[in-house]
Parts: sequence; structure tokens; C-alpha cells
Amino acid sequence: MTTVLPHSAYLTGRLLRGTGRQPAFVVIMLIQPMIWLLLFGQLFKRVVELPGFASGSYIDFLTPGVVVMTVLFTSGWAGMAFIDDMDRGVMDRMLSSPVSRIAMMVASVANQAVTIVVQGLIVVVVGLLLGASFSGGVLGVAVMLLASVLLAAAFASLSNGMALIVKTQESLIGFSTMLTLPLSFLSSAMMAREATPEWIQRVSSYNPVDWTVVASREALSADPDWSAIWPRLGGLLAVALVAVWLATRAFRAYQRSQ
Amino acid sequence: MTVPTGRATASRHAAPPPTEEPAIVADELVKTYGDVTALAGLSFTVEAGTVFGLLGPNGAGKSTTIKILTTLSTATSGSASVAGLDVRRNAADVRRAIGVVTQGSGTDPMATGRENLLLAARIHGMRGRAAKSRVDTLLEQFGLTEATRRIVKTYSGGMQRKLDVAMGLVHEPKVLFLDEPTTGLDPQARADMWAEIARLAAHERLTVMLTTHYLEEADHLAGRLLIVDRGEVVAQGSPERLKSELRGDAVVIELAPDADPARAAAAVGGLDATREVTVEGRTIRTRVDHGASAVPAVLAALEKQAVAAVTVARPSLDDVYLRHTGRSFAAAEEVTR
Repeated sequence: MTTVLPHSAYLTGRLLRGTGRQPAFVVIMLIQPMIWLLLFGQLFKRVVELPGFASGSYIDFLTPGVVVMTVLFTSGWAGMAFIDDMDRGVMDRMLSSPVSRIAMMVASVANQAVTIVVQGLIVVVVGLLLGASFSGGVLGVAVMLLASVLLAAAFASLSNGMALIVKTQESLIGFSTMLTLPLSFLSSAMMAREATPEWIQRVSSYNPVDWTVVASREALSADPDWSAIWPRLGGLLAVALVAVWLATRAFRAYQRSQ
Repeated sequence: MTVPTGRATASRHAAPPPTEEPAIVADELVKTYGDVTALAGLSFTVEAGTVFGLLGPNGAGKSTTIKILTTLSTATSGSASVAGLDVRRNAADVRRAIGVVTQGSGTDPMATGRENLLLAARIHGMRGRAAKSRVDTLLEQFGLTEATRRIVKTYSGGMQRKLDVAMGLVHEPKVLFLDEPTTGLDPQARADMWAEIARLAAHERLTVMLTTHYLEEADHLAGRLLIVDRGEVVAQGSPERLKSELRGDAVVIELAPDADPARAAAAVGGLDATREVTVEGRTIRTRVDHGASAVPAVLAALEKQAVAAVTVARPSLDDVYLRHTGRSFAAAEEVTR
């Protein structure tokens, strides 16, 4: 167990360095959330006039939603790196070495966390430029990023675990799409809860994606209701821990199928 | 965590025990994938400090054997130990004692050679200056110093393979597994790799287990050989011994398209000088005591059949394979593809 931390640090270093050496990928990753915010901001500009929207500015409302969408569409693909490693033989070399299995998961999650924080900050800056007020201030932004990182940890781990089981990019793409799109639409990421059908409202209260959006929106509001934020952050932490644990178990499934 | 360099060095200088335990013992290894049997009870022993070759056509069970011995997979039944450690019960200790070069590459294409080696060293618990100096030594030893700062993606196939082997050696393992180390390399790179493996075998107290489907490679590198086919042991021993078990020379007759292989084989088989006649397509193989004196008799017997070519050769591992499996190595490769 004493190897978990140092191994996590080395493997995270490897992943971040690899990302840094692909400038095209970095640029796309940075531009994508901006485009979403600008596009959705224009598309749904007048949606706040619908009954059920407490907020008067759609950009204020939308920013946490776009951050969460970014989390899903970035972390859902985390397992692709695992499949690259399998195809190249890196996975076999790792698993036949004394590397900590948990560290392999932690490193992937840490890599996602760095990406998510950078992307989240870009969305916040663009939101401010578009006229958002973010009354919750720096603390509100910090809570949003924390919730997003926890959600990213859960999704990245599920994606990694699935990668170890399906072992092909095609299957992973299918799984990831099947999971991310419905989960984002079954949440209040784009639409106020009160403006959605009742069954969606009911489902969304069990949806970790919705917990992230609600906690973030609450924290960014002028007068945050912390009793709505803490339970959701706790729930996200629990989901993330379970996902990391399950994904680490998937190494056994991978080795059994060898 | 202990620093493996220290331990490996200590054991290297220690006086060898009177009877050294084998580096690898496999006992009745069976592996099935659903209905498919990859290994059908494989048993063998590898003495410490030797180069052991696992030879067989594609699909013979070589990679499955390596996967079980390197803890990547578990046997359906049977047991195995590496460096005296049970691969199932002591998997974590086995992983510290072995170096593995997989069939693919195992290097990170977006990292430099040096970064790849440093990561491997650190995973094995080396730190700071010790890790760096070990990495520099290996880069020099494998002639990779000029490519140290380039990312692996830009390496040639031969350079990449050298880096793979260097990574397998970073923690000075007791046993090094090389799964098809020269597959896909050009002839020059293959010759370099052969020299590298021969050097490892000569200079370091290291046991090397390599798999190959190149007969010449096994002949050239391995002190002992295990020939496997369809998950079973076909023959084992030193290449010389395996070849000397075959008396005499091999005569290979290529028939012209209009010849009748069955009749030709019967004619060849009818001679006193010939043994073990086999037919594969239009190729007839046989063994004789003295190749040079037998050829005229063979040609005379084939009078009515058009012969395209006759060759006489000293026994090769191909002949060993043919004798034990009843098919030529090339034909076995065709079948499994």
C-alpha cells in the first residue's frame, strides 16, 4: 500500500506530459467548452422567460450546466487511454510489474481532474465576459470545480473499468455515449428543474450529474443554501469512491480473460 | 519498499548455492478459453542462468505460457513457479523478480526513451540518483544515448525493441521474458537484437526465456529448447542434441507440376537408403545416411517423374519439428493462420 502515492504521482506525470505533447488536442479541449457556452447561450437565450426559472440571466444559469457537460464528455473518454495502452502492450508491461493497480486508477482520475479544473475556469471566465455575475464568488466557483472533479472521478473510473472489460474502442464509445447523453438530459444542466416533466424531476434527484449541477448552481448563487450543497457533495464523493473501487476490480476481469 | 538494485547485486556476488534451484518450473499447465484448449498440460524446467527457447508455430500456446509465468493470466489447472516463487500465490513477489518484454512494445510513444526508463525504474522502487544512473547505464549499453531526448514515437522498430529490452532489465531481474523479440524487425535490427540477447546471456547471471516462431533464431540463441505444438510439448533438449537425434541428412525433392507426388513418394520410399518419407503438396522429404551418395539413387528411382529441384542439407530444427509433429514448420504456420 505504501506504493500507491508515489506510483500515482509518477503515472499522473506520465499522462499529463503525454497530453502536453499533443498541442492540437489541448487546443480542442480548451476551445470546446467555450463553444458550448457561446452556442447554448445564444440558442436558449430566451428560455429564462419560461415559468420556473428563478435566475434572470441564462448565462448565469447555463455556466454550471456547461461545466458538467464538459466533465461528461471529457471523463467519459478516459478509458480510451487504457485501450491505447492495451493495444500497445503498455498494459501488460504494467500489470506484470509491481505497479499499484489503485495508482493506475488514481493517476487517470488525477489527469482528468487537472483537465476539468482548467476547462471549468475557462468556462467561468467566458461566462463573466458574457455578462454572468456569479454572486457566490470565488467560493462558489471552488465548490463547482470540486463537485465537477468528483463527478469526473466517477465517470473516468467507470470508463476505465469498462475499457478493461470491453477492450475495444468501438465498444467503449458506445458505452460512453449511452451513459453520458441520457444522464445529462435527465438533469437540470440545460433546463430548470421546474420546467421539466415530473418523471424527469423524480429521476434526476437520483442522478449524480444533477447533484453536481444543483450544488454548483446553489454555491454560485447570491445566498447559497449549504444544506442543499453538502449532502450532494457527500453523495458525489461516495459515488466516486465506489466507482474507483469497482474499476480497480475490473483489472481482475481483464486478467481472467487473458 | 526495498531497492531492487541492492538485492540483485548482492545475490549476483553471493557464492552460488550447491544445487541451484531452477529459474522456472512449469507443472502440467492447462489453459482453456471456453471450448478452446490453449495449453494441454505443459511441463518443463528452466535452469538458472540459461537461455531457454520456447519454439512453436503461431497458436501453439507460447504466449499463453508466457502470460501465465508473468502473472498476467492464471492457469486453468497446474502450477508454475518463477525464481522459486509460485506465480499464483506469490504473484506480487514474482513481479518484482522478473522483467517482461511483451509481444507489442510496452513503451509509451509520447514519452522519451529516458522518461520511459525512469518510470520503469521508479515503479520498481528506485529513487533519485540511483534511478538516473541506472537509466543512463542502460541507454549507453543499448546504444540509445542519441535518442534519449526523442519521444519513442519517432524511433525505428529496432530502436524501440532495444528500449523494450532495456526497460525489462531496469531493475536487474532474475528472469527476463522476451515474447517474440524479433518479430517485425528488419534483418539488420534482428541481427543487432540477437547480438544483444547473446551478450545478456554471456555476461549476466540472468535467465532468459524467449519465444519465437523462427527456427533459426531458436537455433542461434537458445541453450535449451522446448518445441510446442497445439499446447503440448513436442520435444525438448539442446538444439544440437535435438538435431543429432536425427541420423543423416535431409533430402528435399521438389516435383514439377505434372508429376504424381504419391507415386514419386512410393518410389523414393522403396529405396534401401531412404527413411521417414513425408509428402506435403509437391514436396517430398526423406532422410538418408549420406546425402551425396544417395541423391543419384533417388533421382534414378524418380525416373518417370519430373523433378524440379533436389536439395541435401544437414539436419535443421525444421527437420526436428517435422519428425516430431509430422508436418513441416511452414505448414503448421499456414494452418494456424
